[in-house]
Amino acid sequence: MNQDIYAVVESLQGQVADISYIMLAAARSLAHSSGGDVVAVLLGNGSQGLANTLAADRVIYYDNPALAYFNSDAYLKVLASLIRQNEPRAVLFGNTSIGADLASCLSARLDFPLANSCHHISAEGMLISQVCGGKIMTESVLSDKTTLITIIPGGYKPELGRSDAAPNVTQVDAPALEDLRIKLKQYIEPEAGDVDISKESILISVGRGISNQDNVEIAEELAEAFGGVVCASRPVVDQGWLPTSRMVGKSGQKVKPKLYLALGISGAPEHVEGMADSETIIAINSDPTAPIFDIAQYGVEIDLFDLIDTLIEKVAEAKGG
Amino acid sequence: MPERIDYWGIPYTWGSPNIFVYSIMGLAVLIMLARFYLYARIWWQVGRPEMRWDKLHIRTWRLIKYVIFQVKVLWERYPGIMHIGLAWGFFIFFMGTALATIDSHFIKFLSGNTYLLYKFVLDLFTVFFIVGAAMAAYRRYIQRPSRLTLSSGFTYSLVMIVVVVTGGLATESLRLAVERPAWGWWSPAGWLLAQLWMAIGGSAPALTSWHLIVWALHLFTVAVLIATVPSSTLIHLLTAPLNTFFSNIDRPVGELAPIAETDTGESIFVDSLDDLTWTQLLNGDACTECGRCQDACPAHAAGTPLNPKELILNIRGALHKDGPSILAGNGNTPLLVGERIKDDVLWSCTTCAACVRECPVLIEHVDTIVDMRRHLVIEGRIDDMLQEALSNLGRYGNSFGQSERARAKWTRNIEPKIKDARKESVDYLWFVGDYASYSASMVDITEMTANVFNKAGLDFGIMYEAEQNAGNDARRVGEEGLFEMLVEKNMKAFSKSKFNAIVTTDPHSYNTLKHEYNSSNGHYPVFHYSELLDKLITTGKLTFKKKLGYKVTYHDPCYLGRYNGVYDAPRRLISATGCEVIEMPRHRDRAFCCGAGGGRIWMDEGEVEVRPSEDRIREAAALEGVTIFVVACPKDVTMYRDAVKTTGMEEKIVVKDLIELVEEAI
Amino acid sequence: MNIAAIFKMVPDLVEELEISSSGKALDMTWIRLIINELDDHALEQAILLKERSGAQVTIIAPDADGTDDVLYTAAAKGADRLVKLTGDFEEGVNNHALSRALAPVLEELHPHLVLTGVQAHNDLDGSVGPLLAEYLGMPYVGYVSGVEIDNDNCIVRKEYPGGLIAEMEVNLPAVLGIQSAEEPPRYVAVSKVRQAMKTASIEERDATELDPSGGLDVNRMFQPEVGERATMIDGDEDEIATRLLEIFREIGVL
Repeated sequence: MNQDIYAVVESLQGQVADISYIMLAAARSLAHSSGGDVVAVLLGNGSQGLANTLAADRVIYYDNPALAYFNSDAYLKVLASLIRQNEPRAVLFGNTSIGADLASCLSARLDFPLANSCHHISAEGMLISQVCGGKIMTESVLSDKTTLITIIPGGYKPELGRSDAAPNVTQVDAPALEDLRIKLKQYIEPEAGDVDISKESILISVGRGISNQDNVEIAEELAEAFGGVVCASRPVVDQGWLPTSRMVGKSGQKVKPKLYLALGISGAPEHVEGMADSETIIAINSDPTAPIFDIAQYGVEIDLFDLIDTLIEKVAEAKGG
Repeated sequence: MPERIDYWGIPYTWGSPNIFVYSIMGLAVLIMLARFYLYARIWWQVGRPEMRWDKLHIRTWRLIKYVIFQVKVLWERYPGIMHIGLAWGFFIFFMGTALATIDSHFIKFLSGNTYLLYKFVLDLFTVFFIVGAAMAAYRRYIQRPSRLTLSSGFTYSLVMIVVVVTGGLATESLRLAVERPAWGWWSPAGWLLAQLWMAIGGSAPALTSWHLIVWALHLFTVAVLIATVPSSTLIHLLTAPLNTFFSNIDRPVGELAPIAETDTGESIFVDSLDDLTWTQLLNGDACTECGRCQDACPAHAAGTPLNPKELILNIRGALHKDGPSILAGNGNTPLLVGERIKDDVLWSCTTCAACVRECPVLIEHVDTIVDMRRHLVIEGRIDDMLQEALSNLGRYGNSFGQSERARAKWTRNIEPKIKDARKESVDYLWFVGDYASYSASMVDITEMTANVFNKAGLDFGIMYEAEQNAGNDARRVGEEGLFEMLVEKNMKAFSKSKFNAIVTTDPHSYNTLKHEYNSSNGHYPVFHYSELLDKLITTGKLTFKKKLGYKVTYHDPCYLGRYNGVYDAPRRLISATGCEVIEMPRHRDRAFCCGAGGGRIWMDEGEVEVRPSEDRIREAAALEGVTIFVVACPKDVTMYRDAVKTTGMEEKIVVKDLIELVEEAI
Repeated sequence: MNIAAIFKMVPDLVEELEISSSGKALDMTWIRLIINELDDHALEQAILLKERSGAQVTIIAPDADGTDDVLYTAAAKGADRLVKLTGDFEEGVNNHALSRALAPVLEELHPHLVLTGVQAHNDLDGSVGPLLAEYLGMPYVGYVSGVEIDNDNCIVRKEYPGGLIAEMEVNLPAVLGIQSAEEPPRYVAVSKVRQAMKTASIEERDATELDPSGGLDVNRMFQPEVGERATMIDGDEDEIATRLLEIFREIGVL
């Protein structure tokens, strides 16, 4: 086993995903204690250019038409042979719809242990994971075998994993990638919404706690008073109360508004990952134990409906005056 | 001596008129009965059997009360007087004819003063009848209130009965004009009309001939009227008494029947006409389309798809349209629930029972709605919010989706700690209920209630996390299995606790604990806190130091008032705090529902024009000098505080729980 | 068509979670278990597929408090077979051990499609779906929000961040990690579940040995520190709203 820390870079439609930079930042932290290099593993087809922004000591790049898009069947073959061969100290994946598909499979295929949902590496080099919707943290040590780790956002700023100094890239031939059992048929772009919430500076976000569709309207009213727009967490969108284009979080949009006002949002990691970078987060929730209060700068523990009318009124007043 | 003469002025040329009269009438009655049978048999052919022949004395008493004396019809003045004029006119004419038959064939008694009285009464009711008919015509053609179905069938019936009655009057007047008896004024209406014939100067033979013609016409129109009863609106002369007689007498309105089962023990969920009982189908045919239910219905007033009258008429329509097709075994018959009656109609009902209270012919709307909802629930045809609430009730025993352990969180600041009825015996078991336990806006009031109980020296306890939602509204949503489960859990907790009586602030829990747990709860007395506090005042255990002197109005919760008749205790209590109760126009049994009942509080509001709660707040705010809207139901606190905000009435009126007045006055 | 759907019971986050005296696990005394929400979606998706194109649906779950109820509920929704994996799960079982134990049960079933929730909130060592896929040698696609069966293949909709969806063709048999069913999980009336309890039967399969290798040992479990929490604003509605407005001004959104 060598002491390098690998990070499996994720990209989507020619863009490096933010989670990759977060992984590189976490990898750097692990490499400090292991004494190895940070190695970015990039898979793609004609995607070498994506390596340029990666803050890694080295980049291993696999180029193959079968790797042009994410296909767990193909990616697993490549990664399994790489990891088996090199046995790095640890391999980092994003806890995303790419990395999470890979990490568990590799753990089973290679019989290497897996630590899931790692939020950050503690000063002592411990893996700190977040579970139970963010209500519980766990601490574990790297195993003596190559350890696979999935990283959730929140522990590191993506900037830490980004660098303009183009790293040293080694292009490696991919093993035979035939007889794949999974094929991409097509990408379906998200329906263009009426607004692009990722560009808005004031977001009023509603979660499960708003309990019914009528209350989306109340949130709309508040947003209107503010000149902002309404967005939502997954359950609200799943209910069909707001279109998918308004969804914030893991499979929705990533937003960075000036103000993120979270109404009735509990703050599950899947949601937090889409809004943690907001400049100011204010959470209103009747459950004092909601994890949203852990990431918000300001919190109000109150039944939303007791407050919202007064709030709308005051905001409208302030705007009007 | 004045006496009744058989067939005055009717020639015996073709034999005794008896032959004509009785054969024509007999034929008419036969036609009527046959047609009615053909019309009505579908009730029991399609409908499920249900035993409604027992306790004849109660049923007969209901007939007397609601059919003869028409007490419910008389609740509304104009239509009440109108209808009593018409109906009693008909009763009296019917009895008059019956007496005449007896007099003619059996005992001759209509002579002398008896005869004069007889004539007078008949004439008097002729006048009443004409007044009633005029009122009906004015109402139907000039006033045209929206609740009435303005179909031509009514015109036919009205014209026919007027023709029949005026025909009788004309016959009498012609006879009087010929006879000119000294006692003519005993038939005031007839005698007055006779003056006209006399003034025209008709000769006795001419008038007698006219009499014969009018008599024959009268005979004919009566026969036509009788024969056409089953196809006219007058069918209610048959269906209304039947419906009244066969109405439910086994259960109070607050007790729903469990889901019916087939012989093989399978549950019957109502989605087709033949899943209803014959009395539920009879309900449809008994409807007189008077529209009182529609006027009283909060769902209709709010502009939701439910109109209780239309719902019942839809059952009637479906029965006569689809019933024969069902009997023929046609599998393509449109379903009652979903096709003839849409889901959203059923979901709009708040089960406030205002329709049931209003219905003059004792139609049981709520029972039928719940029966059909049960089908929707078993099919999973429920909205997302309701699904969430029901799942929460099943999982956590409360609709808030909070932990059972948080149920007694509100007790944290209360000293001394409230007794745990499962651990030590108490006099009163306080069944707190979901809203009082979990709703953030209710916690203060619940604490206050505990403090008042303490100050009154009440020996009480609660069941902490063992209490579950009582299930009243789960049952009314149609989730019978969930209701049974909640009952089982609460019963288990009851059996572990020691207490003498139950007290609750929640009328919904009160209703189900009182009526629907009774078969199995060992018959603990159940009190609403207003009743209990009222009792404590009369026994001197609770005294007030202050007289508050506010002018308040009081909102009767449906499940306390209309369902359980508790009207006076809360009012006495309010008076005892030194407040003056100014009644809203709709109060006591006519109180207007807040819109939250029957599980509506858990459902998506849908398309609503005017929220019932806002309507109600406006009603209260219009009362002069009233600044406090007193409620006695935790859901009402939530509903009306919201309504005060949304109507912008904060300056005008505040919503207070009964206990807040009590606390202030102690 | 044979479809298997797998679920596991996870701690209900409605309850306040506490750490056991060992400091390494949750205190199970007060914990209420509920079905992992995404597994519920997997079950729903299986039933939807059955309703749409006909299939035999088998629900499989490890034994835990409440497993039976969820199995019967699934039967009431339309599942054909219920299988409960029994074994020494008292102390909890990680996903590696669970997946290893599930694999032979599934092999016996010859499913064309195995559906499971893409993740659970207590997945410390990866997720059941991909682990199982490897042990069964089947392809795996996770974050799926739509499934269409097309002869020997299925067409799935895989979700990516930003709302992008990839339509993928996957050879059967396959394991799918469901992110959301095409329709939200349906409600089943309690009486239907009770009926299912009378008519449906749960087959038991014994997980003879549990091999948890592949997960890391937890050193310590703890609740996020209070110091990291938001500044809480107290007061009545008016005071709160006033303070919020001050903040809005401070950060320049008003």
